[in-house]
Amino acid sequence: MLAINNIEVVYDRVILVLKGVSIDVGEGKITTLLGANGAGKTTTLKAISGVLRSERGEVTKGTVQLGVRRIDGMRAHDVTKLGLVQVFEGRRVFENLTTEENLIAGGHVQTAAAVKQGIDLVFSYFPRLKERRGQISGYLSGGEQQMLAIGRALMSRPKVVLLDEPSLGLAPMLVEEIFGIVGRLVKQEKLSVLLVEQNATMALGIADHGYVMENGRIVLEGPAAKLRDNSDIKEFYLGLNEGGARKSYRDTKHYKRRKRWLS
Amino acid sequence: MGEDLEFFFALMLSGASIGLMYSLIALGFVLVYKATDAINFAQGEFVMLAGMVVVTVLGAEAPLIAGVVVVLLVMVGFGFGLERVVLRPLLGRPVVAVIMATIGVAAVLRGWGPLVLGIETRALPLPIGDEPINIGPATLPPIQVLGAVVAVLFFLVFSWFFKKSRMGVAMRAVADNQQVAQAMGINVERYFALAWAMAGIVSALGGIVWGAMLGVDVQLALVGLKVFPVVILGGLDSIGGALIGGLIIGIVESLAAGYLDPYVGGGTKDFAPYVLMILVLMIRPYGIFGRRQIERV
Ligand SMILES: Nc1ncnc2c1ncn2[C@@H]1O[C@H](COP(=O)(O)OP(=O)(O)OP(=O)(O)O)[C@@H](O)[C@H]1O
Ligand SMILES: [Mg+2]
Repeated sequence: MLAINNIEVVYDRVILVLKGVSIDVGEGKITTLLGANGAGKTTTLKAISGVLRSERGEVTKGTVQLGVRRIDGMRAHDVTKLGLVQVFEGRRVFENLTTEENLIAGGHVQTAAAVKQGIDLVFSYFPRLKERRGQISGYLSGGEQQMLAIGRALMSRPKVVLLDEPSLGLAPMLVEEIFGIVGRLVKQEKLSVLLVEQNATMALGIADHGYVMENGRIVLEGPAAKLRDNSDIKEFYLGLNEGGARKSYRDTKHYKRRKRWLS
Repeated sequence: MGEDLEFFFALMLSGASIGLMYSLIALGFVLVYKATDAINFAQGEFVMLAGMVVVTVLGAEAPLIAGVVVVLLVMVGFGFGLERVVLRPLLGRPVVAVIMATIGVAAVLRGWGPLVLGIETRALPLPIGDEPINIGPATLPPIQVLGAVVAVLFFLVFSWFFKKSRMGVAMRAVADNQQVAQAMGINVERYFALAWAMAGIVSALGGIVWGAMLGVDVQLALVGLKVFPVVILGGLDSIGGALIGGLIIGIVESLAAGYLDPYVGGGTKDFAPYVLMILVLMIRPYGIFGRRQIERV
């Protein structure tokens, strides 16, 4: 469905971040991309969706194929028209717009009638958004914003969805709820998903296939079930040491990210 | 009603109508800033250009309606063209680059206008007579009434556009987050161009009403200076703020002229808005209705 072949990405013409990455996202499957902070996961998604350009990033080598079409080098809004949409890390709802207006903006590539249907569809998967339809989205809770970010992406009626750390900063119960809905969406709406996560347990639990990225390279690949049993993964990415205790990056990470956006 | 009170209401009404005419011009500025983050230092020159286009068409014995149609077309084209030729290449550059570019455009327009049109002030007659109109205790020149009505109409139309139309919602999405808007399939550059074209439309109408009031020459561009206190007061990115900001500035000017000028011998009208602007900057830097960053942790 989506095939990334050996891509290199350079920021500002000099900073080489991806050093030959290849990923295959099967039709109707969930593929997960794991890795520590700064590994290049978000960069990979941005390279696929085409928004890289607005950050002075560029795919300098390799190709990205959506079905039979080559989409690397295309502009982001054209990629979305072809049925591929990115859900950004940190939710990034249009804060000054209401819930419903966010959805309308998400359906920009669709006809007016399809937007109406799309809103009903999103509300059927995320009933909580329906209750908040007139609320300014900047004031929604974190979980509701994540639901809105996913719902907004659905509005373009995509075939492929790139999901960047949907679990970020959310309580475990909410993460479970959202992952459950994503699973249903994939089945019922026939989506193919590329899921970036640091929460490897959750991600490998829902995914069919997984990749592990380190320093801009894929260092491990395989069926999700196999990766779950892999001892390296257990230690480094599930954060389990021999005593079974967990380490978490999350708090420092959230802080770091805010700083980066503000600058 | 006592004479004092009547005087007060007369000043208020006259200030409000002039203020609405300021709002109209400020609206052009706000539309551009909201959608594209560009600060347009040439807004006054846009108005001047529009006025010059209208008097040129009228000078060729064409009817007023032709002047209106032509100026709308010219200003929309000018907005699109400016975005395409001057501003798009500056995308992603520092804000200062865009500011400098608009200052450059302003200088070019101010230089060109007189070159083409000559330096004498040309009248822009509208068929509305000059019989003052009585509104309660105040008498207003008809052009002020027309200007106020046009401004209010524009605000209604733009409020509808941004709240109810899909294009308007998309434009607000662009204003909110350009990168995410792109990923939603919105052609951000096209919306930038649209914002500049809309500023062109507003300036066309501004050129007609202000040109009719002041006459058309290079001085007409000076009305643009009033844009800054208005938008600082109302918030750079708030359409409603431009409306309220204009009203407040107009009223403050009028009250200053009515109550202070007799004692100090005149001139307070010209700096009162700026005093207010500086006060607002100190107390509420994002303006009365401007968007604060929504903070959530
Ligand atoms: N716009 C940019 N310009 C320059 N360098 C960048 C830019 N964006 C990211 N980088 C760098 O690229 C590398 C990979 O960043 P990326 O955001 O893709 O990592 P990530 O795997 O998503 O990390 P995280 O888990 O923290 O989100 C980092 O070293 C980062 O500093
Ligand atoms: Mg990331």
